[in-house]
Amino acid sequence: MNKTALIIKREYLSRVRKKTFILSTILTPLLFAVVIGAVVFITIKNVAHENIAVVDPSGYLKSNLEDSKIISYHFVTDADTANFFQKGYSAILLAPHTGVNNTANFKLITERSMNRFANDRIEKDISRSLENNLISEELKIDPKRIDSLKEEASAITIDSEKRGEGGTLAKSSFTIANGIGYFTAFLIYITLFIYGTMVMRGVMEEKTNRIAEVIISSVRPFQLMMGKIIGIGAVGLTQFLIWIVLIGGISMLLTAMIPADILQQAQQTGAQLPGAAGGGSEALQNIASAQASLAVVNWGLVVFCFIFFFLGGYLFYAALFAAVGSAVNEDPQDAQSLMMPITLPIVLGIIIMINAINDPSGPLATWSSIIPFFSPIVMMARIPFGVPDTVPYWQLGLSMGLLILGFLFTTWLSARIYRTGILLYGKKPTLKELAKWIRRR
Amino acid sequence: MPVLELRHLKKYYATQKAVDDISFSIEGGSIFGLLGPNGAGKTTLLRMITGIFYPDSGEVLFNGQPLNAERDIALIGYMPEERGLYKKMKIGEQALYLAQLKGLSRSQAMEDIKRWFVKLEMESWWNKKVEDLSKGMSQKLQFVTTVLHNPKLIILDEPFSGLDPVNANVIKDEIFGLAQRGATIIFSTHRMEQVEEICDQIVLVNRGHKILDGTVKTVKQQYKQNLFKIGFNAAPAITSTPVFNVLHEGADHSLTVKIAEGQTPNDVLQHFLQQGAPIHSFNELLPSLSDIFIQLVEGTPSTRKFQNVTA
Repeated sequence: MNKTALIIKREYLSRVRKKTFILSTILTPLLFAVVIGAVVFITIKNVAHENIAVVDPSGYLKSNLEDSKIISYHFVTDADTANFFQKGYSAILLAPHTGVNNTANFKLITERSMNRFANDRIEKDISRSLENNLISEELKIDPKRIDSLKEEASAITIDSEKRGEGGTLAKSSFTIANGIGYFTAFLIYITLFIYGTMVMRGVMEEKTNRIAEVIISSVRPFQLMMGKIIGIGAVGLTQFLIWIVLIGGISMLLTAMIPADILQQAQQTGAQLPGAAGGGSEALQNIASAQASLAVVNWGLVVFCFIFFFLGGYLFYAALFAAVGSAVNEDPQDAQSLMMPITLPIVLGIIIMINAINDPSGPLATWSSIIPFFSPIVMMARIPFGVPDTVPYWQLGLSMGLLILGFLFTTWLSARIYRTGILLYGKKPTLKELAKWIRRR
Repeated sequence: MPVLELRHLKKYYATQKAVDDISFSIEGGSIFGLLGPNGAGKTTLLRMITGIFYPDSGEVLFNGQPLNAERDIALIGYMPEERGLYKKMKIGEQALYLAQLKGLSRSQAMEDIKRWFVKLEMESWWNKKVEDLSKGMSQKLQFVTTVLHNPKLIILDEPFSGLDPVNANVIKDEIFGLAQRGATIIFSTHRMEQVEEICDQIVLVNRGHKILDGTVKTVKQQYKQNLFKIGFNAAPAITSTPVFNVLHEGADHSLTVKIAEGQTPNDVLQHFLQQGAPIHSFNELLPSLSDIFIQLVEGTPSTRKFQNVTA
């Protein structure tokens, strides 16, 4: 058996067999699912129906406030701020006596604070009814007519479509692409750190354990370094694979658990999506549009690019992490200071990404997604916006090509530091000494 | 033909000449001692012999051919001074892993490991982890993993450090056994009494230079100071004579004498016979390697001064 393969096998198995690996791999998506599920559950359950008492002596609101799913308005004369709670209202709305021109001073008095949705709704309802009143006073038209006019107007929405390949029109959603871009870019950022430091610690372990020289007498230092990097990379891929399977399974399970009527509502909302003004809550609309847009994203490409840029970025940085691990001794502080030049570009990458994602075709996004130091993070954020319209093929190709060249270079560089560092004990080398190691035959 | 030949090896570091023009050769099947104080350049020398380092100049011939690390690594077993094992790995698996890295097939490695484990009474260790072993035990394991693949050249850097006398003897016997079966052994240490016991040939290095080369016997002859110890049944009369100087009078009526230039042991004996002194023993006192070592190394700074080297 090839020696590098033997090393890869050991590095891989010794990590995958660990209890912490199994636990973290299974628990992470489970934790995600539980948190998301809990948030959704609480939001759905928490939207309570509120009864509001309205004291409106001038009668401005009476003709315009409409009950909704969340709120029922009761125009009363017998309730006041002292006794509304006893009468079964959760809040009392005091409309001012003054006329149209003095619309300030609406007062909503509650016993306990109401949820945000109810508050928003009330505010919206009041401003709509006042608006209608003002318009009808000024133009002398029936307030009901205003509503129907508005509805007509809002039925016109911009269909966010862009010309796709071959003239077919694909629906695109900036928000969804944005979300996927963010998520995958952050995932790459986090995993670069996790697996990069794993490589570094592995190398440090071999050095401080004094096993490095024993192994180096059987294999070339380069084989040992590459074996470790590839082995740990395989651990990362395994983890992703398990996650994809787990998340897929859990989301299927969750879909099965969502009450049928809500799902149906969502689908109905989806059907009348472009002009769905009044019907359905905003959340349902979001679900529906998300479903529609998720279907549009080229998942095959996103997954392929994710794996490519994860591997490319990992190989690019892991070699550097290995070099740092070989250069330092037990002292974690030494490692910290030598790690700085490596972690800096990664952190810079995520900062660039956060800015670039708002303009995925802009010059910042374009150039930083080609430079290998940042490309794994920034390019990954751009991919969901679409290839080849947002990211032309030449950019993707150039970025991938440079990343491959980049990791070949960092591997070569690191190997030269590694073979000297791994056998050297004593004080932490300076950057100048590292440069000397690189030049040495 | 020598198994290993070093020709004018040089290796300079930024601050010192670790190995500065060292040449020697080692015959097959012999036990060779590489001696020197700390920091003499032993480890650097060994790393060049094992192909871990490239020499700055000079060459290493292994079996008459220039050393090719890729190819020859399987024929060399190296136990470095800075040695260790994976703490969390099971001992059996670890031995298997290291043997496979040396190029043994899994089944072959398994067979050899079992044989060695039985031989050194380590069978019960298989599923233990290295962190459960004492220092001596892991030393034993390290030795087994070094010689497992039947190397032609075995390099042991301080093999007995951390071993109790019983285990040290076990390992020593194994070393002799391996040499008898044709392996060449390089033994690096600064413990002279072990060298005297084990080695056929020695090289002493200090500050990157070779300062002594030869068999233990010839080296001792070379550095003998014509000292003799004479035992008497009764204290002899000591008169001054041009034949020898008395260096020491023992409580048991023995004398340690240094024979003067141009005189022979027979002259000494004759001197005492004429006196009628009752001699019952007459031995040459050869210097111990330790004495020679100290004599040669003394006066040079024990730790090397850092210097700027331009190669």
